[in-house]
Amino acid sequence: MYEVIKYIWIIFISLGISGILDYAQPKLSDYHFFNGPLKNQIPNLNVIPYQISTPLFTDYAHKLRFLVLPEGQKMSYINPENFDFPIGTILIKTFYYPIDFREPKNNWQIIETRLLINTNEGWFGYPYIWNAEQTDAFLEIAGDRQIVSWIDLDGKPQKANYLVPNVNMCKGCHVSENQFLPIGPKPRLLNCNFKTTEIKPYHQLEKMIQMGLIENLPEIESIPITANWEDSHFSLENRARAYLDINCGHCHNSNGPAMTSGLYLNYSENDLHKIGYYKTPVASGRGSGNLKYNIVPGNPDESIIIYRMESSDSGIMMPELGRKLVHKEGVKLIRDWINSIESN
Amino acid sequence: MIQHNFKLILTFIFSINILLFSNFEKDFQTQLILVETGGIIKIPSGEFEIKGTLSIEGKNNITIEGNDMNNSILSFINQEDGAEGLRVINCKNITLKNFTAQNTKGDGIKAQDTDIIYFYNVKTEWTNGPKPTNGSYGIYPVQCSNILIDGCIAIGASDAGIYVGQSKNIIVKNCEAFHNVAGIEIENSTNADVFDNYAHDNTGGILVFDLPDLEVKDGHNIRVYNNLVKDNNLFNFAPPGNIVGTVPAGTGIMVLATSGVEIFENDIIDNKTVGTAVVSYFITEDPILDSLYNPYTSSIYIHDNKFERKPQIPTLKHEIGQLMFLKFWKDVPEIVYDGNPDPQYIDSKGKIINENRFCIENNNNAEFLNLDINNNFTNWYTPFFTSFSQDESSFTCRLPRISPTILK
Repeated sequence: MYEVIKYIWIIFISLGISGILDYAQPKLSDYHFFNGPLKNQIPNLNVIPYQISTPLFTDYAHKLRFLVLPEGQKMSYINPENFDFPIGTILIKTFYYPIDFREPKNNWQIIETRLLINTNEGWFGYPYIWNAEQTDAFLEIAGDRQIVSWIDLDGKPQKANYLVPNVNMCKGCHVSENQFLPIGPKPRLLNCNFKTTEIKPYHQLEKMIQMGLIENLPEIESIPITANWEDSHFSLENRARAYLDINCGHCHNSNGPAMTSGLYLNYSENDLHKIGYYKTPVASGRGSGNLKYNIVPGNPDESIIIYRMESSDSGIMMPELGRKLVHKEGVKLIRDWINSIESN
Repeated sequence: MIQHNFKLILTFIFSINILLFSNFEKDFQTQLILVETGGIIKIPSGEFEIKGTLSIEGKNNITIEGNDMNNSILSFINQEDGAEGLRVINCKNITLKNFTAQNTKGDGIKAQDTDIIYFYNVKTEWTNGPKPTNGSYGIYPVQCSNILIDGCIAIGASDAGIYVGQSKNIIVKNCEAFHNVAGIEIENSTNADVFDNYAHDNTGGILVFDLPDLEVKDGHNIRVYNNLVKDNNLFNFAPPGNIVGTVPAGTGIMVLATSGVEIFENDIIDNKTVGTAVVSYFITEDPILDSLYNPYTSSIYIHDNKFERKPQIPTLKHEIGQLMFLKFWKDVPEIVYDGNPDPQYIDSKGKIINENRFCIENNNNAEFLNLDINNNFTNWYTPFFTSFSQDESSFTCRLPRISPTILK
C-alpha cells in the first residue's frame, strides 16, 4: 500500500513545476559536449578543457574539467576569486579511475560526470552516473554509492566506497552566502599552466584570452597565483594553504556553511587565530579527538586538523563528504607545515 | 530546455525504483529535493535504514511528518556518508514532526540558516546509552531564527540533547532530555524562553552559554522557568576538548558568560554538585583570544525557584566538586556565583550598576555561595584555605523582568 501511495505522490510532484529539473537533460550525451565515443571525453571545439592549480581530493579519483560558454559570450573577470559567468554557462567535471594508476591513459572506469549549469535562477548542480558499458551517463538527482577498485602507483590494489553526491550535497559545498557558486574556476586557480602528455604546456588564462573567452582581465602578472600543492617551487606554507583552501576553504570561510565553527581556511584568511592557531573547537564533538586546539604550531599530533584529516570515520573526519579514504600525501603536507610553524 | 516527457520518464524511473527496490532512502531524498512550496513529506511507520545524511535545502513552507515519534524511525546505525542525520539548510518555514532520528554518526537533526523552524514531537536518540562515541547534538538549530521546539525528546547526545546555537527568537517547551551531557543548551543566542521541560539524568540539566570565537555572540534575554531539573548527576562523557566537558557532573542549571538571564519558578532537585551556577568564562581556564568577546555575566535574576537536595557527595572528578566536598561535605549550597561582575558596569564608587547586577530573591531552600574567584583563586591552593562568603544580603535584589519571547 505504501508503495502505491508513494507512486501516486511522485507522479504528482514530478508533473509539477520543479525548477531544478527544468534545466537538465536526462543523459550526458544529450548535451553533445564530446566528439566520438563519449567515454573518450574528446571535447568539441566549444568545450574548453581546463585545470586548476590545486585540486580537491576525492578518494584518488582522476578528473577532467571543461567549460562551455554560450555562443558568442564571454566570462568576465571580477576579482581573483570570481569570474562572472554568463547565463547558460556549463561547467563539466568527469571523475574516473584508471584501472592501473601506473598506466593512467588506459582502461578507465568513469564513475560520474557532474555539471554545474548557470541558469536565470542561479547555478544548479547535476550528477550523471555512467553505465557499466561506459556508453552514456544518466542524471540521478539522489546520487549513488559504488565500490571502486584500482591498482595504485605502488602496484597495490585499492578500494573505495565511492559516493556520488546528491543534488543537495552539491550545494553543501558550493554555497556562499546562500548562493550556489562554482569553486574551481577562480582566476587565481586558473592562473597556471595546462599540462598534458600530448601537447606542450600552455598558460590557461593567456590561451583563454587568445580564444576570446574572457573579458576585463587585468595584466596576468597582477593576478595572484595559488600554489600547486605538489610543486616544491612553492613554499611549504603556500602549498599547505592552497591545499586547505581547496579542500576546506569552500565551507570554512566567513560566508560558507562552516562559518558556525569560526574556523576559516580560505586562502585569503590572514588572522592566524581564525586559521586555527590555538583556536578551541566549538561543536566538533568527538571530532576534537581529546585535543584542545585546531592547530598547535610545531605540533601536528596535538592539532585537531590532523586528527580529522587522518580519520575515515564519518563522525570525525573532515571534509565530512567527498572522501572515504585518508589522503596520505595531503596529511603529510599539512603535518610538515604545522611542524614548520614556530611555536611562540 | 523544459521537457515534459523527460519528467514523465523520470517519474517512471523513480516509480520503478520504488516499486521494485523499495529504496526508502533514495526516494525520501528525491522527495526532499523535488518538494514544492507547501508540500508535505511523509515518513510512514517503520524503521528505515539510512546510509547518508538526508538534506533539504532552499525550500519554503515544507512539512516533514511521521505518524508518531515511536513508530516512524529513521535509523542511521549503518551511516556511511556525512555525519548528520537530517540537515535543513537555507530554508524558510519548515515543520518537522512525529518522527525519530536514531544513532546518527554525528548530530541528529541540524538546521542552519533557516527562518521559522518548528520541531514538534521529534525524538533524537542514541540507543546504546551515554557514550563519548555518540553524536554531539540531538536537535540542533544553529544560526536560525524563530525556532519552536515543542514536545521533543533528546537522549544520549555526547554534547547537548537539545542545542540552540547562534540563533534568535527561541522557544523550547514540553521537552524531555536525559542521558545527555547537557540536557538543553542555549548558546550565543538572543530571546529565548525555556519552560515546562523535564531535564533529568544528564551531566548538566539546562545550560545557558556564551562562547568566544563564533560569528554570533552576545547572547541575552533568556528566560528559564517552570522546568523540572532533576538528578542531573550523570558522569561527564563528553569527548575531551569540548567546552561542555568542563561542566561538573551534578549541575542543575548553569549560566556561563551570558547577560540578561532570568531563572524562575523551576523545581531544581537532587543535582549533587550545584543546583544553579552563574560563572564567567574564566572558570574554563581557556585563554580568550577573541577581542570582541565578553567573558562576564551580568543582569542575572534568579527568583522563586524551589530547590531540594538530599545529602549526597558532589562529583569528585571536577575541581569545583572537590572543593565543595572539602568545604561542605554532603550538603553543598544550591546557588553558586563566581563573584566576577563585568567591570564595564562598575561605577566610580565601585558599585555595580543596578540593572546589571546578579540578583537572587525568594528561592526556596537555596543556600548561597560566592566563590569570589578574583580574591580566592589567586593560587591553586588558596581556595582550600579560604572561608567562602555565603552572605547573600548584597545580592538580594530585584531586576526588571525579561519580556517573553515572541516568535514571528
